Amino acid sequence: MTRRRPKITVWRAIFAAILLSGLYATYLRVFYGLGGSTNLSDKFPWGLWIAFDILCGVGLAAGGFTLVAVVHIFNVERYKPILRPAILTSFLGYSLVVVALLYDLGRPDRLWHPLVMWNPHSVMFEVAWCVMLYTTVLFLEFLPMVFEKFGWHRPLAWIHYISVPLMITGVLLSTLHQSSLGTLFLIVPEKMYALWYSPTLPAQFYISAIAVGLAMTIFESWHSSRAFGRALELPLLASMGRVLAVLLAVYLWLRFLDLSHRQVLGLLAVNRTETWLFWLEIALFIVPTILLFQKRVRMSPGALYACAVLVVFGFIANRLNVGVTSLESGSGTHYVPRWSEVAITLSIVAAGFAIFRVIAEYFPVFEAQSHAVALAETAEREEERIPVE
Amino acid sequence: MSKAILYDSTLCIGCKACEGACAERWGFPYNDQVAAEENISAHKLTAIETHGERYSRRLCMHCAEPACASVCPVGAIQKTGLGPVVYDPEKCIGCRYCLQACAFQVPSYEWNKRLPRMRKCDMCFERQSRGEVTACAASCPTGATKCGDREDLVAEARHRIANKPGDYYGKIYGLEEVGGTSVLYLSAVPFEQIGLRVNVPRQSLPDLTWRVLELVPDVVSTGSVLLGGIWWITNRRAEVARAERERK
Repeated sequence: MTRRRPKITVWRAIFAAILLSGLYATYLRVFYGLGGSTNLSDKFPWGLWIAFDILCGVGLAAGGFTLVAVVHIFNVERYKPILRPAILTSFLGYSLVVVALLYDLGRPDRLWHPLVMWNPHSVMFEVAWCVMLYTTVLFLEFLPMVFEKFGWHRPLAWIHYISVPLMITGVLLSTLHQSSLGTLFLIVPEKMYALWYSPTLPAQFYISAIAVGLAMTIFESWHSSRAFGRALELPLLASMGRVLAVLLAVYLWLRFLDLSHRQVLGLLAVNRTETWLFWLEIALFIVPTILLFQKRVRMSPGALYACAVLVVFGFIANRLNVGVTSLESGSGTHYVPRWSEVAITLSIVAAGFAIFRVIAEYFPVFEAQSHAVALAETAEREEERIPVE
Repeated sequence: MSKAILYDSTLCIGCKACEGACAERWGFPYNDQVAAEENISAHKLTAIETHGERYSRRLCMHCAEPACASVCPVGAIQKTGLGPVVYDPEKCIGCRYCLQACAFQVPSYEWNKRLPRMRKCDMCFERQSRGEVTACAASCPTGATKCGDREDLVAEARHRIANKPGDYYGKIYGLEEVGGTSVLYLSAVPFEQIGLRVNVPRQSLPDLTWRVLELVPDVVSTGSVLLGGIWWITNRRAEVARAERERK
């Protein structure tokens, strides 16, 4: 059988164009520094790479720890078929965050410095350690897929032996750094616009990370079911959609309670860019919350998928608002990312999708079809009787 | 006794001698073009600003509890016992959290260099270690910039205000801002009119993040016990269910 030459499709052309522009932007970053590749300045030192690649990247990869906690710590076995893709997404996500960090750091060659030069008073120091350790944990959680592929039983047994403490460590590390990404901004009370600056930022970041982790799991299950022609684990995803709705409701309640306690509800009616972008962000959370509370929506693959996408966009809007919008007026300058910043961000995202596809094709990421369907069927029966388990 | 700088805007004539002395001390080029720049940057660590007929001077405030030093993940920035907040470029990884965290927008970054570093005034740490005053204070022809022990300078500032109440806006900037700074300002007009930030908190900024960070050991210890306990219970329940199924 001869191997067919890959077809040139619109998506592949776009993919190639993105990677090419990213390559050129990388050249600019390496040879002309941050000044030659970004619109950052002394007044606006953090831009798209921090707000999207790091803040969104780490959050969007939260599905791994959420599902590990559900399946292995809370022992809700029926979610097992979607655990591995979630772990893979997280592992790739964190690896790409490290890649993005290499672009963003002024001295990427010193990435290892926090290992030996300590400052426990720095939130960034804590985030650095957590991300480093958690990426290692994710690697170890991903390894069984590699061992199974090659039939290496001994290391598989060894990993299994340490799996419980490993997973508990992973959940704790995630709890710490997902919230700490919000803590990062607690140091700028007067620079950050009051709609976002809040002492509850760590809690907001943590809850929204879990929510978007679930949304991403729905998102990737839907896509992989199409890409690999698998049956969609709909009942599983639907019950996840219900949990997501509750989480989002709690999150929104916290956001507005916080605004009211800080007595800044009045800002919601002020006509300025921040207000519009705040409402955009909130709308992207409210709409899926309302929709997901309806069983009809949860049981329709298309609608469920649309809700997950809305949550992902709401999450991205929130992180971009915290990382960019909220800091603009206090900085006394205006920041719009340069094309090369966007090119590198898009390249990293595109690379993430491509690598996921390749790994999912060659490694046992998705469980055997029949097994998954059987589990899904039991879950379907359970979906009726498990409001809170 | 910690060192400080007192800048008295009412005495400043805008001659920019301090700028020249600072550039010389750092080995930065200084010419008419640089002199015309009214903001601090990676090649100009102090700048005289014109506000109508008045002058003001920008430089690192050398906070008593600097946000920049607290946020630096590798501890490249330190508050010295002597007073100056100093920076070790060999440690710096270039995360620029110091730029983000500084309430006064002081640190500058060498954006266009391939191996960049952060730049800011270090209050002539090595000169002061030898007992000399800062280059800017030494060069000031009118005494608008004075260098000395902080307590003495605070006393002197109070003295100046008491002697000529009509010439001064009766407050000292830097006494309480972000929990106190080692650079103090006197002015004839409210401080915002000479470009100083008056909306900065009175409290120390590092407290805001430490309040959360100090919970880390609690989260780790409570969390591991809690998660371990939940795992033990759910796992045991599954084991029992399995055993019962086998017995049937």
